[in-house]
Amino acid sequence: MSTHVRNRRHFMAQATAAASALAFPMVGGAQPKPVKLGVLHPVTGALAFSGQQCREGALLAIEDINKAGGIKSLGGAKIEPLLGDAQSQPQVGAAEVEKMNEAGVSAVLGAYASAICLATTQAAAKYNLPHVVDVGVADQIVERGLKNTFRFGPGYGVCARVAVINLHVLNTAAGKPAKTVMIIHEESLFGTGTANLLARELPGYGFEVKEVVKHANPTRDFNNIVLRMKSLNPDIVIPANYYNEYALLLRTMQQQKVTPKAVYSVLGGAASSFKFVKESPDSANGIIDCNHWFNPKDARALALRKRVEAKGLFFTYEIFNTYTAMMYLADAINRAKSTDRAAITAALADSTFSDHFMPYGPTKMVNGQNTGAQPLMTQVLGGDIKVIIPREYRQAEPVFPMKS
Amino acid sequence: MTDLSILFPSLLNGLTTGAVYALIALGLTLIYGVLHIINFAHGAALMLALYAVYWLKEAAGVDPYLALPLVVPGMFVLGYALQRLVINRASHGKDENILLVTLGLSIVMENLALLFFKSDTRTIETAYTLTTVPIDIGIAQAMIALPKLVAFGGALVASATLMLIVGRTDLGRAIRAVAKEKHGAKLMGIDVDHVYAMSFGIGLACLGAAACFLLPAYYVNPQVGNGFVLVAFTIVVLGGMGSFSGALLGGLLIGVVESLGGLLLGESLGQIGIFLLFIAVLLFRPQGLFGAKA
Amino acid sequence: MSALQKELLSIAFFAGGVALLLSLLDSGVSLNFVMMALYAALLAQAWNILGGYGGQFSFGHALFFGTGAYVQAIAQIDGGLNPWVAMPLGVLASASVGVFVGALSFRYGLKGSYFALVTLAFAEVFRIVALSVPFTGAGVGLMVPLREGFGNMQFGSRRGFALMVLGLVVLALLVTCWLRHSRFGAYLQAVRDNEDAARAAGVNPFRIKLGAIALSGGFMGAGGAFYVQVFQYIDPGIAYGAHTSVEALVGAIVGGMGTLWGPLIGALALHVLADLTRNLFGQLPGINMVIYGVVLVLMIMFAPRGLGGLGRSVRELWKGRAR
Repeated sequence: MSTHVRNRRHFMAQATAAASALAFPMVGGAQPKPVKLGVLHPVTGALAFSGQQCREGALLAIEDINKAGGIKSLGGAKIEPLLGDAQSQPQVGAAEVEKMNEAGVSAVLGAYASAICLATTQAAAKYNLPHVVDVGVADQIVERGLKNTFRFGPGYGVCARVAVINLHVLNTAAGKPAKTVMIIHEESLFGTGTANLLARELPGYGFEVKEVVKHANPTRDFNNIVLRMKSLNPDIVIPANYYNEYALLLRTMQQQKVTPKAVYSVLGGAASSFKFVKESPDSANGIIDCNHWFNPKDARALALRKRVEAKGLFFTYEIFNTYTAMMYLADAINRAKSTDRAAITAALADSTFSDHFMPYGPTKMVNGQNTGAQPLMTQVLGGDIKVIIPREYRQAEPVFPMKS
Repeated sequence: MTDLSILFPSLLNGLTTGAVYALIALGLTLIYGVLHIINFAHGAALMLALYAVYWLKEAAGVDPYLALPLVVPGMFVLGYALQRLVINRASHGKDENILLVTLGLSIVMENLALLFFKSDTRTIETAYTLTTVPIDIGIAQAMIALPKLVAFGGALVASATLMLIVGRTDLGRAIRAVAKEKHGAKLMGIDVDHVYAMSFGIGLACLGAAACFLLPAYYVNPQVGNGFVLVAFTIVVLGGMGSFSGALLGGLLIGVVESLGGLLLGESLGQIGIFLLFIAVLLFRPQGLFGAKA
Repeated sequence: MSALQKELLSIAFFAGGVALLLSLLDSGVSLNFVMMALYAALLAQAWNILGGYGGQFSFGHALFFGTGAYVQAIAQIDGGLNPWVAMPLGVLASASVGVFVGALSFRYGLKGSYFALVTLAFAEVFRIVALSVPFTGAGVGLMVPLREGFGNMQFGSRRGFALMVLGLVVLALLVTCWLRHSRFGAYLQAVRDNEDAARAAGVNPFRIKLGAIALSGGFMGAGGAFYVQVFQYIDPGIAYGAHTSVEALVGAIVGGMGTLWGPLIGALALHVLADLTRNLFGQLPGINMVIYGVVLVLMIMFAPRGLGGLGRSVRELWKGRAR
């Protein structure tokens, strides 16, 4: 065919396409309506740090989803986040949900803290608005029989149980050097709940719980608790608290030269935190944690970590938990093929989402809880956080006990 | 478990923690004694001072103790300005309004810090942060963290300095006059507004000193001040509002009560000791353990 | 028409107007907004009874709030009581705590800042105890199970709750009105203005102040019980934390202490302010609260007698200028 004819054909094809685009705006080329999702976190107030990290995780996920073409089954519709601030108070979180509902969001993701999640999931339930919980580890959140509430990550019940079993495994493998345990927990919901579970389960595995110490939020000084530790001389110290107190406790232990056989954390605030490892490498060395963690062998997780650190942020659990929760939600919307709330709720409930970098078993939602979710055991070794259990994700051999 | 080998270190620990509390309370008691206002912004101001010490270390490598000659005057200027330009103007002299103005200021300060410094918890590392000093009295031993011992010394020096200023200088005389009888002082030609602002400034300057001694053993984030406010109020009342020696001794006492209470009742319930003591003092001896009858 | 009749009429108009508004409003956001504004008003009115009319500033009003809330929760969860029965129990409990604290404080002659600080101390003591005892759930808190229905005081939409708290607010308005025109109220204000003179005139300040703190505590406890029914979760921080104490006093002072409508106006204004600023500059968290704090300071600077007295303040400002 001559060039002239080819060009003319090309022009005609383009013109036809343009004409049909004008006549049928949805066909080929025009943007479908965005999917509005509520992203609700306590970004001011006492929980500001964690709330902001969670929001960052959600926004990164949305960025990635949109870049990869949005929600494919809705014609590539982009996700549009509606940001909300729960101001670290449950009633504010509930008010934000009302606003998001009226703004027409198809689902809500949030709200980090268990107490706030209790209020926000309940507010969302009134409108059958699906609510994915990103962190909120209290098991009460998914035990109230609300049909709209879904949690992709593990609750503290699972974490406590996994921690106890693995402590038994580690101890047995090392010849049972450890017999006594001291639990140090923060006084509110997550710490108390975790400590109660641990104190109940540990004796069944042959451990003696010498003492359960509760401390305030914030605690200004840990010298007394460390003194107690010195006198009780437990083999294992189990902290369950938030970052600031965890870091202060460990520093005080280092100062007073108290070195138990192991520091074995369950949802330890700084135990698997890159920030703590960087700022207090000596205190952090050897700490074992049972906590939210990503699959260390998954390239996507490592790439995300690089991106986050390039922004000057630390790659904390708030970020990757919320990132994954958003991915799970987006997948459900895609499978629902609609922004209808009931459809999304159904898709969230029967989800088998597996295209993620969290080290979970197969996704199966039972009463809103992903039964495949599990924490990992990590240990700070050589200035880095390495996964030690389970074997399929192991990056280093566990060092237990730390000192002989 | 409550034998001497634990009691002794716990006691010393309480004393050194209490010294930092005393530093914080010194400023508050001056502000209350002179201006008769309960400064709700005290915790937020402490937080700002802590950030100042932090950034001087991070950005300019200035050791926290060497930062004293920078942070203390800096906080003084901040305090003077706040009182003269904001609190004085906004409150029209009514007590309840001053309360709300300081409350509003604390919200502003805390959130400006959140905005500019972000919510991360910051700590500093110095050569001596983890050093401990052994103290041996024969029948018992203790290992006390060096920063806390330095804080103890600092509190003694600060109290003495304040007592000197208020007791021996002209400014001190003016402050005492205004504290006792505002109108009379005005008639005597004393610039009451200036004295108020100076007092507020000195009060905040004490926080500057407190921050220099506190940061090596602690951390800073926008909400850090909130944890100290209640304890500071307790000490001010305990020691007698307006009394420096009261604030020092009260601080030490509260530190010990907190420490021993924590030992006996557990760290969480042990906090109750502070407030029960607070209530008892308020009911039975409101002028404070060391204060004069009002 | 007497002053009392005028006030009663205005309360009636207010009640009718808001009830009508609530029946017309459909949006969840608006209903929730009105409900939370009325809730804040209730807390401010409770504080105003003791602080504005009684002249006793309390920094620890959360003490009564938390007691009412916990009793409401415990009576339902452990006692199996119906929430409509539990609420008066909660009110009674918080009023009793008020009498206890008041008896101690007034017996030892605590006034002014000392009284304010002792209420703060009591609130903290209760908070610490609540963290440690099992029947409050300690740190875990208490959750009231979800059981919708009027009989369970759990309304499906915010409208039901808003009407309920409107009822409490109107009750508080009526009590405040009573304080302004009754002998008890006159004695209370006399004690506020000059306790010694009042005593010399034959008034028993101790008993009068006890009555005021009981009333004030009772209403605050009602607020606490209401909170539990709406949000179905309570823990020591929410119950006895400083946040609620501050919310109560800020609304009353900003609106105008010792006035009938002041606390309501103040609470509403602050609620609107908080709502408007919350998501301004959403990408930069913190700016919203900075604006809130600045506006709060400005409110006090330009309305020293409270927003309710704004008219008078503006007139004085104007007169000052004209001279």
